[in-house]
Amino acid sequence: MAQQTTATAGSIKRATAVAPAEPLVSLRSAKPRSLWTDAWYRLTRNKMAVVGMVIVVFFWLVALLAPALAPYHFNSQNHSAVYRPPAWTSGDWRYILGTDGVGRDELSRLIWGARISMVVGLVPVSIHLLVGGLVGLIAGYRGGRTDNLLMRVVDIFYAFPGLLLIIIMSAAFRDTWLGRQMGGLLLMFTALAIVGWEGAARLVRGQVLSIKQKEYIEAARTIGASNFRIMVRHILPNILAPLLVSIAFGIPGAIFAEAGLSFIGLGIRPPTASWGNMIQDGFASIYSNPVLIVAPATCVGLVLLAFTFLGDGLRDALDPRMKQ
Amino acid sequence: MYRYLIRRLLWIVPVVLLISIITFVMMKLTPGGPFDTTAGGRELPKEIVEVLNRRYHLDEPNWKQYLIYMGLWPNTKEGEGKPCFLGIAGPRRCAGILQGDLGPSYQYKGRGVTEILFETPKGRPWWESRFGRTAQLGVFGFLFGALTGIPLGIVSALRHNTWADYLSLFGATIFVATPGFVLAIFLMIVFGLWLHWLPIAAKNWNTIQPWLLPTFALGVGLAAFTARLTRATMLEVLRQDYIRTARAKGLRDRLVMVRHALRNAMIPVATVLGPALAGLITGSFFIEHMFSFPGMGRLYVQAIAARDYSVILGTTLLYTFMIALANLTVDLIYAWLDPRISYS
Repeated sequence: MAQQTTATAGSIKRATAVAPAEPLVSLRSAKPRSLWTDAWYRLTRNKMAVVGMVIVVFFWLVALLAPALAPYHFNSQNHSAVYRPPAWTSGDWRYILGTDGVGRDELSRLIWGARISMVVGLVPVSIHLLVGGLVGLIAGYRGGRTDNLLMRVVDIFYAFPGLLLIIIMSAAFRDTWLGRQMGGLLLMFTALAIVGWEGAARLVRGQVLSIKQKEYIEAARTIGASNFRIMVRHILPNILAPLLVSIAFGIPGAIFAEAGLSFIGLGIRPPTASWGNMIQDGFASIYSNPVLIVAPATCVGLVLLAFTFLGDGLRDALDPRMKQ
Repeated sequence: MYRYLIRRLLWIVPVVLLISIITFVMMKLTPGGPFDTTAGGRELPKEIVEVLNRRYHLDEPNWKQYLIYMGLWPNTKEGEGKPCFLGIAGPRRCAGILQGDLGPSYQYKGRGVTEILFETPKGRPWWESRFGRTAQLGVFGFLFGALTGIPLGIVSALRHNTWADYLSLFGATIFVATPGFVLAIFLMIVFGLWLHWLPIAAKNWNTIQPWLLPTFALGVGLAAFTARLTRATMLEVLRQDYIRTARAKGLRDRLVMVRHALRNAMIPVATVLGPALAGLITGSFFIEHMFSFPGMGRLYVQAIAARDYSVILGTTLLYTFMIALANLTVDLIYAWLDPRISYS
């Protein structure tokens, strides 16, 4: 009997949104759920999003465990085994995906390269959120002259062709102190961080403008809450959902930029392995040994696809009204 | 409306000016000059570097170099002294951006950047210049993207939740996420290496075959994006009351779709198409580099490797200008499509 009750409660839990006519008694037995539990529930019911999550988690694990997983160091060269074909053609199992032009194991470089791609999105997107979020929050909350001034600055940045600015910065600072740090990763972070925060600023400002008018903000003000408290405790939690979605779409943008820049010789400096500069290396032997370019290109494609699935899923989960 | 147009056109000026300053400063911050080594990597003798630096005004103070480049300062020693405006100041000769001269290229000795970007083989039409080729590729990619994406999105919405819808939605999701140059790799291997159907690095771009792969690689992302967006907005519009009203008064299905649904669904689509065109124009570096395309993007990538500052600066400015124009055009189309919007 007890079992049956929990089963009913469980099924009602799922049905509450569509069937408000259920008896109140069994509704009370269901635990109250927050927006986030709800969203998580919807997200895990979305097959595409789950596939995306699995792929992202997989590559994160690969990146974290790279030293343990990779059979060789990313720069260990074997000059007597250059351009080895992959194991399933005429190569051998010591080099599963074969070797590149200087005898480096392709699989090991792929595994090490995952570190760059998985980390390259995080820092710039966090800075976008921090800077853009702050600017948008202040502009939207203060309004008036502050808003006007801040948004003009945002407009100027918005009018800039982002990719061009990233390319110029990468080219100009490539041979400076900044460009040599962490195999060029620090410069990449800087260039990506400077471009793109204005999108977050616009998003946050728009959200703040609409939330500012809500009754609960007025209520908070009447009981004497400070501006800071209203911004942090009352506004911020309510704009987190669209911000989260913008993160999910911002990260693949950065991964794409890294791959593209490294491909034209501007991104991560060799010998550090990144999928982008592996594509660049592999391009030279695209006819004789296509696996060298296909392998990193597949990884880039797969990760970007995973983030897109995840982003779509998050958007649908966090804002059910937008779901088509 | 006209006031808005003029204001938007004027807005281009500070943007181009600012990006020219930023680009110039960054190029100056770059360690190493364009004449440090020869094309072969050998060090040049000091005297020759000095002569070259004088020839290209690289021995002047930075602010003066910038003014010369912008065409606000005479570029000859004889005209030294007073600044000139728009090149009309008597015998003093200015040759800079304002006069349509993007300066000499350091890499291709004796040739100007304007010439490199816009010159065509003798007796050939303008679109065979580097600029023209890039514009051509951008327009082809754009047309391909818009003309496949919009119909697919409409079909998806009209056949909502059928296999046709799922198939096109799935395809769109995959292609929207795959970057063009990654796709280009697979296209080159499949169609060039395995099937031998299409050339990979073409010399002659006056036939149709070499254009197919770059156009597809460039435009398919846009096609996927517009398909998704068109589908979403169409579904939204089809739920509106005025569609039901139109149906209820006995209009034919076709008329309801074309006159009531489609026109309204196209508004958000039109707003993204402008930035998309701009994105295609600038986003083609990677594709151009991949297919050895004789356009601006490949020139740009080569110029960065060779530290050819004037080519980098000139190309950047041209790109910025084109993007600004594309964004302006879309705003105007937006206003024309949706009469509720008025700019003042």
